[in-house]
This record gives sequence, C-alpha cells and structure tokens, in this order.
Amino acid sequence: MNPDEPPARPLLTVEELALSRGERRLFDAVGFSLEPGHLLLLRGPNGAGKSSLLLTLAGLLRPEAGRIVWPGDEPTPLHLLAHLPGVKTRLTLAENLDFWRSVNGQTGLLAEDALETVGLGGLGALDAGYLSAGQTKRLALARLLVTERLIWLLDEPTASLDAAGDMLVERLVAERLRTGGAVIAATHDDIGGATGTLTLGGAR
Amino acid sequence: MTDTATQLKKPNWFSRLAHPGAFMSWSRPALWPLGLVTSVVFAIGLWFAFFNSPADYQMGETVRIMYIHVPNAWLSQFVYGIMVVASLGTLVWRHPLADVAAKSAAPLGATFTAMALFSGALWGRPTWGTFWEWDGRMTSTLILLFIYLGIIALWRAFDDQLRAARIVAVVTLVGALDIPVIKFSVDWWNTLHQPASIITPTGPKMPPSLLTPLFTMMIAFTLLFVLLHLVSMRTEILGRRAETLGRQAAAKLATVGAA
Amino acid sequence: MSAVFAVIGRELRLATRTGGDALTLVLFFVMVGAVVPFAIGPDRTLLAKLAPGLIWIAAFLSMLLGLDRLFRADEDDGSLLLFRHAAIPLEAVVAAKVLAHWLLSAVPLIVATPLLAVLLALDMPSWGRTVLALLIGTPALTAFGAIGAAVTVSLKRGGLLAPVLILPLCIPVLIFGVALVAAPDGSNAALLFLAALSLVSVAFCPFAAALALRVGSE
Repeated sequence: MNPDEPPARPLLTVEELALSRGERRLFDAVGFSLEPGHLLLLRGPNGAGKSSLLLTLAGLLRPEAGRIVWPGDEPTPLHLLAHLPGVKTRLTLAENLDFWRSVNGQTGLLAEDALETVGLGGLGALDAGYLSAGQTKRLALARLLVTERLIWLLDEPTASLDAAGDMLVERLVAERLRTGGAVIAATHDDIGGATGTLTLGGAR
Repeated sequence: MTDTATQLKKPNWFSRLAHPGAFMSWSRPALWPLGLVTSVVFAIGLWFAFFNSPADYQMGETVRIMYIHVPNAWLSQFVYGIMVVASLGTLVWRHPLADVAAKSAAPLGATFTAMALFSGALWGRPTWGTFWEWDGRMTSTLILLFIYLGIIALWRAFDDQLRAARIVAVVTLVGALDIPVIKFSVDWWNTLHQPASIITPTGPKMPPSLLTPLFTMMIAFTLLFVLLHLVSMRTEILGRRAETLGRQAAAKLATVGAA
Repeated sequence: MSAVFAVIGRELRLATRTGGDALTLVLFFVMVGAVVPFAIGPDRTLLAKLAPGLIWIAAFLSMLLGLDRLFRADEDDGSLLLFRHAAIPLEAVVAAKVLAHWLLSAVPLIVATPLLAVLLALDMPSWGRTVLALLIGTPALTAFGAIGAAVTVSLKRGGLLAPVLILPLCIPVLIFGVALVAAPDGSNAALLFLAALSLVSVAFCPFAAALALRVGSE
C-alpha cells in the first residue's frame, strides 16, 4: 500500500439502522462500514432479519431509523441474490442471462462465459425449467456475472448447493473481492475470506 | 454523499395532537360533548324538517326525504375526501394515525352512500314512479358505492394492515382522480339516452324556508360522521393494541415453553 | 431504451412459449359473446341492437380476468424483486409490461371480433366502428388493469379483488366505447373522450402501478 494514497473510500456505510416488519422491530442500531475487498457475514437465527437487512440495503425496504451512506449522489447499483431465483422456466438459460444483461448493462461476462464459470457450460439452449434446484441456484449466480456491480448482497447463497457448489460460491466471492468489490452474505454456512461478522437477533 | 435519513422534526401542534397516544387521550373526553351537540342539532334539524318547513309545491310532503337524502349524498363525497387526505397522510408523511383514519372512514362512507341511494329510491318512487331511474347523480352515487365496497374488501384482504394502508392509499388516490371522470361520463351518457330532463329533486333555487332545515340537517349528519369516525378510530387503535398484546403474550409463552 | 424492448420481448416470448395461455383469453371473449343469445333469444334485430354493448362487455370481462398475469408470475418467481433494483426504473418496466400485455390481450380480442360480429348480427360499418373503439379504448382498460394488478400482486388469494376494484373505475371507457359505436349523435365526442382517457391513463399508470408495487412489498 502506498502510504501517500488516501485510504479507500468505503463502498457503503450503515449507521444506526433500525427496521420493523409489521409490528415487529427486527433490528436496532445496526452499523458497519463496507470497504472494497470486505466480506461481511450476516449471522443469526431464522426470522432475525438477515434477509430484511439485505432488502433494506438494496433500497427495497424503508428503514425506520438510521442512515445508509453511499459514496456518490445515488445509491450504487448492487446485485441481490435473494431466496427466489428470479429464473423464468420457459426461457432458455442463455435467454435468461441475456435478458438481464440487456436490462442491467452489458458490462460483465457474456452469457456462455457466465454459464461456463458456474458449471453450466454448454447448456445455454436448454429450457430453464429442466434445471434442478442446485442448477437453478447456479444460474442465479451466473446472473451476477453478466453485469458488473461492485456490491453483492447474497441471501443464503449456498442453499440448494452441494459441496462443489459451495466452493463455486467461495470462488466467485473471492474473485469479486479481489477485483475491488465487496460482499455481504447472510448464511448459516461458512464462506472463506470473511473480514467481519454481524449477528442479528440476539436475546430479546 | 447521499444518505437515506430519517430526521427528527420539532413537533408542531398538529403532530402533538395527532400522535396516536395523544389522540386516544383527547378523543375520549370529546366523545360525550360531541354526542350531545350532535343530538341537539339533529333534534333541531328534524323539527325543522318535519314540522316547521313547507311542503314543496310540486312534490308535496315527500320533499322531506330530501333532508335525509341530500346530507347523506354530501357525506358520501365528503367522507371520500377525508379518505383522500388520510391517503396522502399515509403515503407522503407516513403518519401513523392516517391509516387508522382511512380504514375507519371507509365503512362509514359506504353506509352514508347506501343511505343516500336508499333515501333517493324512496324519494323517487312517489316522484318519478319507480324506485330507480338511471339519472346521472344516482348512477354516479351507485358507482361510488362500488368503489367504497371495493376499498373495504381490499382492507380485509391483507393480513398486514400497515401494508394494506399504503396499498389502499394508492387505490383511493387513483379513485379520486377517476371519480370526476366517472361523473362526467355518466352525465354525458345520461344526456345521450334521456334527452328529456328529469325533474331533479333539488331544484336550481331553493327558498330559504327549505334551506334552513337542509343546512341544519347537513351539519347534524356531518357531526354524526365526526362522532362515529372518532369512535371507530378509537376502536381500531384499541383493537390493534389488543392484537399486539396477544402476539407478545404468545411470544412470551413460546420462549417459556422452549426454555 | 433497448432495455425496455428487452422487457417487451421477454413478455412476448414467455406468453407464446408452451404453457402460455394467450389464446384462452380470446376463447373466453368469443364464448361470452356466443352465450348471449341463449340468454336473450336469437332475434337478430335485438341482437344487432345490443351487439356493440355486448362485445364491449365481453372485452371488458376478458381484460379484467386477464390482468392478474401482468405481475403475478414475476412476483412468484422473484423476478419482480430483480426488476425493483434493475438499471431501468420500475416505471419503465411497468410501461413495457403494459404494452406487451395490450399486444397479447387486446389485439387478439380485436382480431376475433369478426366472429362475434357474425354471431351477433352486427353490420359491417358498426363492426368497423367497434374495431376502432376497441383499438382506442383497450389501452385504457390495460392501464387501469395494471394498477389493479399491481395493487393485488402481494395478495396470495387476489382472486376477483382486482377486477372488483378496477371495474367501477373503467366505466367511463365502457360508456364512451359503446357510444362511439352505437350513438349516432355522440359518436365523434365519444371518440375524443375515449382517446383522451386512453392517453392520460396510459401515461399515468406506470407511476401509479410502480408506486403500488413498491409500497405493497415494504
């Protein structure tokens, strides 16, 4: 590190974030800073609010209190990998990926290359409805590769995946971190290379 | 740098009064006096309407139904206006009392609209010969009733009433923009199909002897709405509190059981 | 812009692949019209007189019953969530979906009207006006329908609630639509009103529907 270089600006800073769903207060006073190269693991029992925190960071839920601070004027575009895969079963794998590439920007891998990377190489012309749960998850991961976005929010990325799939997730996350991005992953498993852990849903 | 922040604003007099807790405390002592005033104004209005005003030269005694029909028709629109303001309160200011106000107003609005239709039909029978004549105003009122009922159904379809409030607010506002269009189109449709003008019960000029009881009854009904609305809002807030307590009790039992 | 075309293309592709039921709606439309003579008798003069209104009601019901498919599938498989943090605004996505839905629902209906014209003894000039009226009026039905669909998408058993909500709001479309066909002296005014209604509702509905989608999932 060049000592004259200013420290890297955080990609995302959260201060005193609080959220309720319905009448239930999910979490209070959550704060952290996400620097490039950081992997933050979200831990906590089911229903603790891990998914809701990710949705809030993606701008899909309104926090009750607190701030999310972005480096620019607008929130930085990010990738959200949620529970539901967002895969259209009547389209082919390639069509699924090409669609999101057209909508979000052609800044990442081509569809075939993304499929190759996640282990679905050569299946581009197959209807997505034929995929197993694990393969569908891989396709969902491939979506993160066709458009380049610095921040990844992953909700149980290893769900439905076997051991090889877990390693794929680790590889993809490591690559994202190496190239200056950051990842927040809500997971019961372990993903190597974590730089921090945030546990939600402590004893009430 | 951007941030999504919730800032604390200094509470003004409205915020202080409209805070749910504050609302509960000032609305309780207000109910009895309000009820009293409402009853008195009703008594005066009914006396004027039935005993101290002349019969209409064309319609005879049946004109007295107007003193029921017109206030209800006015309220059917006024209450929708209240719902529109409440919807803005929910969507724009996220005011906690706004959704309670909107939810409580809907059944009241529907009832007043139904009363307007019913009294209009009763009035129509001796005047026009039929219970229902597809004239512009009654038809628009019928459509308004459908809109009210749809909104009530929407409230009931959601488990999460906070989410329901926001959705209903969007529908209410869309309805508010569309209702003038509906009125215009229905009137236009009416002139297409019934070129002969129907004697509308409320003529263009009303003598003062009819106006006084009419205004008194309008005020009486409006006060009645305010009273019922406050009671309904209190009931809704208490109901939600009871639900929260029930849920907390269940959660406590769950942790005790698990321990 | 190409993103919007991508959305439209995706909707069209999804509807026309196997498993899509684009034609069921048209079938419903024709059947509603065909069933009418069983209810009111086969008197051709009577049928011809009622035909414009009957065709409009059939179109109405078909559009209302089909509006759930605007957002339901995307909500159920998680695609709606992806649209909500996509690079194009949600309003643009809604506008694209509304256009695609109109192409998939209203245009087949219009193409099927000759069948109903024959069944209901509608004469040629009236049929021509009916096609014009449906062309101008169905965008408004789609626009209002999109708002209804957006409002009820988060309900598991939305069912008939969206049609019940939207039907009163669409009554002006019915009034002007039928008048365009059947009213001798109101026809031109009806054309203008209907066109204005469609323009305004189509311009406005992406914002209302996107708002409903956002607040409905918070």
